[in-house]
Amino acid sequence: MGNWDWQVFLQDPGGEYPSYLQWMLSAWGWTVSVALLALIVALVLGSLIGIIRTLPDSPWLVRFGNAWVELFRNIPLLVQIFLWYHVIPALIPAMKGVPSFILVVLALGFFTSARIAEQVRSGIQALPKGQRYAGMAVGFTTAQYYRYVILPMAYRIIIPPLTSETMNIFKNSSVAFAVSVAELTMFAMQAQEETSRGIEVYLAVTACYVVSALAINRLMAFIEKKTRVPGFIVSASAGGGGH
Amino acid sequence: MMNLDLSFYNWDVISNFVVKGFYFSIMLTIVATIGGVIFGTLLALMRLSGKKWLDAPAALYVNGMRSIPLVMVILWFFLLVPASFYALFGSVGSNYRSEISAVITFVAFEAAYFSEIMRAGIQSIPRGQVNAGQAVGMTYGQNMRLIVLPQAFRNMLPVLLTQTIILFQDTSLVYAIGAYDMLKGFETAGKNFGRPIEAYLLAAVVYFVMCYALSWLVKRLHKKIAIIR
Repeated sequence: MGNWDWQVFLQDPGGEYPSYLQWMLSAWGWTVSVALLALIVALVLGSLIGIIRTLPDSPWLVRFGNAWVELFRNIPLLVQIFLWYHVIPALIPAMKGVPSFILVVLALGFFTSARIAEQVRSGIQALPKGQRYAGMAVGFTTAQYYRYVILPMAYRIIIPPLTSETMNIFKNSSVAFAVSVAELTMFAMQAQEETSRGIEVYLAVTACYVVSALAINRLMAFIEKKTRVPGFIVSASAGGGGH
Repeated sequence: MMNLDLSFYNWDVISNFVVKGFYFSIMLTIVATIGGVIFGTLLALMRLSGKKWLDAPAALYVNGMRSIPLVMVILWFFLLVPASFYALFGSVGSNYRSEISAVITFVAFEAAYFSEIMRAGIQSIPRGQVNAGQAVGMTYGQNMRLIVLPQAFRNMLPVLLTQTIILFQDTSLVYAIGAYDMLKGFETAGKNFGRPIEAYLLAAVVYFVMCYALSWLVKRLHKKIAIIR
């Protein structure tokens, strides 16, 4: 272990950045941007799909939601990224020239939306039926009782699985290396090749990922504590898992 | 709108490029599942042993693995597994470095995930079962092997199999070190015939059909087990 050379991070890679350290920090920024933007896409789409899967008396919407989840859950993320990058621009001319960063955000967002939809659905279904009826009884429309009665509780219930999904999205953003987005994993592979200092480079990149994961974990725990409704504890069997 | 060349979809292309990768993906999934469950169970037992010197390193390993992206773990092992290890496999070792490294990586990585599942499974067994085993004079090892683990394993079978489906999807990530799996097979075929779009589409369909069929089977199994309980 004595022959580590951390000065490798001060060397000049001879490109856009004056040192490998600055390159890595920029790559970390790309990882965070990909992950956060994909998270927004996934939360919006996932909530929508999750909600329509629980709507009463709309079997076709429910079927559409189920099909969405099955489609995006049963194809590996890397294959989905290749579909967005190689296939969709060729089939849909309007998607030509879209930068790979955007395509990766969409791919990761759609992939994760299926998992979030599953969690939103199980969060809503974990609530007692009486909540829905109470909303109807006071004369709310469907949109109103979702907005004021069901969703506020359902989102609180699914904060723990959402936390692990948010951590997953950071980890999964590493797959963007495959279409040359300049994020951390891409940096790790290139810097390892150029400097032959693989251990130092990988250790630093791994540390970046671990720090990101810890930060999200703490942030979500804070949100959970802030939004807690006193005396109301519902255990949800929301689907988690995955990498 | 460009036209798809359907003549790309023929058995020659499949058998020349894809089948080899398909076998590797399946082999990797099976070996990683079996190895992962074995090491995962050991890790779970360490974590539940109540002894800090066993619990702490196991927890560090499991939480560490679970907070790093799989692609980074694949890169780490590819970097760290020494050349002398591949030499143990003779000429296979020099020709299939990425593949051997991938197998080791997946066993080590999945062990962390399987250990969490097995831990939950062991904890789901009522305390009375363990006490009953002790009462008839069983040692810790006998108690685990004959009473706790068989039940824990059966209770967790659907979850273990769901994890295996995720594992199968994740085998595509060996792309990072250029191992020849099913996705690589499709990609190579697409490159050789200048038909990447057709190749990626077919890859997506094949992965989808396999994963969908498997998760349907797991759902049925889940129902069956639920009735027995």
